Amino acid sequence: MTHAIECRQLTKVWPGNPPVEAVRGIDLVIEQGLCFGVLGPNGAGKTTTIEICEGLLTATSGEALVLGKSWNVQASEIREQIGISLQESRLSEKLSVLETLTLFRSFYRNGLDPKEVIARVSLQEKMHASIKSLSGGQRQRVSVATALVGNPRLLFLDEPTTGLDPQSRRELWRIITDFREGGGTVLLTTHYMDEAERLCDRVAIFDRGRILAEDSPRKLIADLGVEHVVEFSVAYTKDHHDREQPAETFGSGLPGVISARMESGHRCLSVREPHVAIPALLGLISEQQLQLTSLTTRQASLEDVFVHYAGRSLNDSGQEGVSA
Amino acid sequence: MRDSWKMHPVTQLFLARFREFIRQPEAVFWSYVFPLVMMIALGLAFRSEPLEAISIAVQEGPGAETLISLLKKEPSFVVSGGSAEECRRQLRAGQSELIVVVEPSVGQIAAGLPDYQYVFDPTRPGSVHARNMADDVLQRAAGRQDILNTSDQEVTEPGSRYIDFLVPGLIGMGLMGGGVWGVGFAIVDMRIRQLLKRFMGTPMKKPHFIIAMIFSRMVFMVPEIVIVLIVSRLLFGVKNHGSYATVALLIVLGAFEFAGIGLLIACRARTLEAVSGLMNLAMVPMWIGSGIFFSAKRFPEFVQPVVDLLPLTPLIAALRHVMQEGAGLLLILPELAIICIWGVVTFVVALKLFRWE
Repeated sequence: MTHAIECRQLTKVWPGNPPVEAVRGIDLVIEQGLCFGVLGPNGAGKTTTIEICEGLLTATSGEALVLGKSWNVQASEIREQIGISLQESRLSEKLSVLETLTLFRSFYRNGLDPKEVIARVSLQEKMHASIKSLSGGQRQRVSVATALVGNPRLLFLDEPTTGLDPQSRRELWRIITDFREGGGTVLLTTHYMDEAERLCDRVAIFDRGRILAEDSPRKLIADLGVEHVVEFSVAYTKDHHDREQPAETFGSGLPGVISARMESGHRCLSVREPHVAIPALLGLISEQQLQLTSLTTRQASLEDVFVHYAGRSLNDSGQEGVSA
Repeated sequence: MRDSWKMHPVTQLFLARFREFIRQPEAVFWSYVFPLVMMIALGLAFRSEPLEAISIAVQEGPGAETLISLLKKEPSFVVSGGSAEECRRQLRAGQSELIVVVEPSVGQIAAGLPDYQYVFDPTRPGSVHARNMADDVLQRAAGRQDILNTSDQEVTEPGSRYIDFLVPGLIGMGLMGGGVWGVGFAIVDMRIRQLLKRFMGTPMKKPHFIIAMIFSRMVFMVPEIVIVLIVSRLLFGVKNHGSYATVALLIVLGAFEFAGIGLLIACRARTLEAVSGLMNLAMVPMWIGSGIFFSAKRFPEFVQPVVDLLPLTPLIAALRHVMQEGAGLLLILPELAIICIWGVVTFVVALKLFRWE
């Protein structure tokens, strides 16, 4: 079976002074029938990569094959078989949902009935409403519907849930899952790690134009050798308030602790066995005459995978990150 | 589904444009009302009336009183007297067209008769007219005999008035503005919204999109022109002396031509500011040079080749030939050729240069 997507040594350099290397040599193979997530902070090269695969940008070097076809020779055949939802395109406000989908349907040789697609994204009641009157989540569903109306084998979704409320996000997740269960392949970008863990069979973690790691979310987390993360903060008692803060690595070397670091102002310990590590941590804190001001534990997540590979947290990327 | 014309991409793109247009009542209002307001205002300002009274200033001095009474015999003259300085001021300010000065008689031709000097501005048609009228009156008063037998036939019938000249010009201007603004802004707006990029992610054919843009603009133009024609007829009695089919053909081709030009102007612009600047750059020479308000033939000979090739000039010239003179299709073939060349060339070039993302 041909791969849904096959990228070989893809690079993209935006001319300028200095030139910006948005994508720096990416190799990526995506099997059909998967939901594949491209993760990373803003500016990681996610959108550039996906737009090269969508045929909207040309790579500076390297090649991207889509469904085994090359953009150089079979562009219109590829376009018949893919559906796209861009990050920032705004549909005509004056048109109704049905009119918009009928317009997009007319571009495809073989597509679905626009009304059927409207039902798939649960917008039957808004069928004749203008795009202008829709909420952000409903607009996003129309955008995904314009991608579905050509009955694609491969669906590209660039940040489909950014800025949406939790209920709208869940609604979109359902649409994506339905499509994948119908045999379609999905390539989505997101900077929400929880979204990727939940939806994707495989993920690639992007940072600064490169792929840091690629595997199933579960495998990536397991490979960290870390199951739990302990987040805590400490303060000195009144008598010792002029002492220096403990080092960032405070707590490393304790039994059950793999590593210690600061993450967005919190002290984090990667821990294999919390029931061993936490008593040891508490002992160290009282020994050093410190006060524990907060303590939480959580399961390790893709967020921790990113930190592990990138050496910094997602929010420290220097770009504003929208939180879920 | 694809087989039916209704699901053809051009039909659907056209319908989308059409719906967007009619769902913006203010845009519809202005694109149809503006040309009307313009026509009515200009039609009223330049309505054809007999020449107004001619103001003549007589410079004070010996014999001035006699001169004033002589001139006053001509009913169309309004004569005033004043100092040399006052007379000059009036001439400069346009309050009088001519100064007549009585000069000390050299008396070579007829003894006893005074000599006159006319002070006037030869670049002002009214001034030249006043000089010639005054000269006639004074020469005849002094005894000049007219030798030839002449008679006047006055013609102010529809077809030769300023409004008859103006309406074809306004139709041309409307076609230019509608095409350039309508297509240009719509395209740049779609580019800003990344809708063009979104379309590029579908199998949509680029020529389909461009044909739909041009065709929709042509359809919006028709009511605008029809309204101007009807109102100009009802209000000012402007008639079309040629065939309506020929006028219709010119309007359709003109709309095509300017939609193509709008497309070319907008084919790379990324912001509304940029496209506005380019549109004005393209349209100002035509507003001035293409004969909307006055004949393009008034420009000096050496700029005529340039003026003649501007996209609007042949359109307005052809409309005037047909509407004012009743010219048939054969007589306007050269103009039609220039219009079609502009339309086709801009369409092809725009398609090549077009920036979709």
